[in-house]
Amino acid sequence: MQTNSSSAALTGAGKPNFSTTPVPSPTQPVAGGKLVEKIQIKDLRFYYKKFEALKTINLSLADKKVTAFIGPSGCGKSTLLRVLNRMYALYPEQRAEGEVLVDGANILDPKIDLNLLRAKIGMVFQKPTPFPMSIFDNIAFGINLYEDLPRGELEDRVEQALRKAALWDEVKDKLKQSGLGLSGGQQQRLCIARAISVKPEILLLDEPCSALDPISTQKIEELISELKTDYCIVIVTHSMQQAARSSDYTAFMYLGELIEFNDTETVFTNPHNKRTEDYITGRFG
Amino acid sequence: MVDIPSSDSSSRLRGPQHLFDGLFRGATLFFGLFILLILGGVAVSLVVGSAEAFKTFGPSFLVTDTWNPATDKFGALVPIYGTLMTSLIAMVVGIPLSFGVAVFITELCPPLLKRPLSIAIELLAGIPSIIYGIWGLFVFAPFLQEHVQPFLIHTIGQVPVVGALFAGPPFGIGILTAGLILAIMVLPFISSIMRDVFETVPPMLRESAYGLGCTTWEVVWRVVLPYTKVGVVGGIMLGLGRAMGETMAVTFVIGNAHRITTSLMAPGTTISSALANEFTEASGETYQSSLIALGLILFVITFIVLAAAKYMLIRMQRQAGS
Repeated sequence: MQTNSSSAALTGAGKPNFSTTPVPSPTQPVAGGKLVEKIQIKDLRFYYKKFEALKTINLSLADKKVTAFIGPSGCGKSTLLRVLNRMYALYPEQRAEGEVLVDGANILDPKIDLNLLRAKIGMVFQKPTPFPMSIFDNIAFGINLYEDLPRGELEDRVEQALRKAALWDEVKDKLKQSGLGLSGGQQQRLCIARAISVKPEILLLDEPCSALDPISTQKIEELISELKTDYCIVIVTHSMQQAARSSDYTAFMYLGELIEFNDTETVFTNPHNKRTEDYITGRFG
Repeated sequence: MVDIPSSDSSSRLRGPQHLFDGLFRGATLFFGLFILLILGGVAVSLVVGSAEAFKTFGPSFLVTDTWNPATDKFGALVPIYGTLMTSLIAMVVGIPLSFGVAVFITELCPPLLKRPLSIAIELLAGIPSIIYGIWGLFVFAPFLQEHVQPFLIHTIGQVPVVGALFAGPPFGIGILTAGLILAIMVLPFISSIMRDVFETVPPMLRESAYGLGCTTWEVVWRVVLPYTKVGVVGGIMLGLGRAMGETMAVTFVIGNAHRITTSLMAPGTTISSALANEFTEASGETYQSSLIALGLILFVITFIVLAAAKYMLIRMQRQAGS
């Protein structure tokens, strides 16, 4: 795993190019070779005890783009997301088979350092999960895990993260107050700020707007489109409009299978698969 | 669906319903007041019973270390010291152990071991204190005397200042032994409460900490513990209350000596073990009254500890700013 490339992630400079290896994927994203395939999922199967939740998924996700996973509840989209940072490994009854390559390294390898992996892959959850501490400490917490910065620099980094998450102006005068006192939308942006404060390269968003009102949702979506210049973003969403608005690629999943993967416009205007069409036109799901 | 009663039957029901409601309200009010009544009754009888001792010895009763039935001279300092010291040892040893047990069960334990371990803890809590006392006297104290205490004397006992706490002959029974037994006794209480409150942490909060790349220790120490601090402090206070009031097990292993020595290995006494030991032979009004005064002091100490815990929680909540 490339631990030293994390600092280059924010600037996007010096990124190794892995785009040359051809990867089996249902449809090749976009021709031209300019895209960097950040994540390559190969023959991934996933089990909750005996239940097979993901059935041989093959997919590659592009860097500096937003990929949306859509599909009805229980289709495995959140499961797939949780494989990408090995979150499932917290639960002994869950296991994955196959390969998931991040920058060419297989993250399903049991020898991989999970803490470093998760530092590189930030995650934001369905509900805002601010830690029970001040707004400042919520951000500083993550930074302090990896870096030992003097106070001034730490403050700069916290500000930087909050600005990036479009939250700075709203909280700059109350950094010492508890993060739990913010509104739901602000809390979610705080969580995004926290996730990006540790300079990840990939952001996983698991239905980040499902607990938010439309205005907060709009802010988060704007944020996503700004953040994609720096990160490989994967978003799981129940809202087809959200997928259509904010993603570059869309993967439609159904009953643990990847049914269709293409650029978002094609998926929503000219789906190749009947089930995709039925789903996006609201005929089921 | 339940049938909607006709207006006729509902009017018939209204009378008795009102009556039952009133009765129920009265009964629960009575139970509530009963608690206050019992508490007040205990306090009053303790105060009345101890009046004689406080009249004879004055406030210096609290700071006098003599306890001599032959000359009718009594002071509470030794039992107070014993109670506080054994409880302190119990907490110093018991809290980290309980925390470790709770963290293991909630964060690290393989699923197969989780249930047996939880049940074992509950069984530990169910062992009567007399059993701990007998085990302490016949098994644990000799073990400490032969193996642990000589080691302590020869290592920490040689260090200046701190060494005084671990100096002197290895008696086996004494303050240290009582404190350790108490630590074992409070462990199931504190750890099961900690486990319960740790499990109230939303999985998503835990996952977001892991998602940042936290180690299990960082998740527990910086996220789980702050999230559950009210419950954790509550559990510790419950354990402390039990440690201070525990009678039987302590009486068996503390040695029942009315003197204060710097060494933790020396015998001592606590308020509750002094009461248990001496009430039957307390002849004379001053003697008996002094014992009751000890009881009152324990009552007050417990109250102060609880009040301090509440105050601490309020301060912590204010600091959190929520």
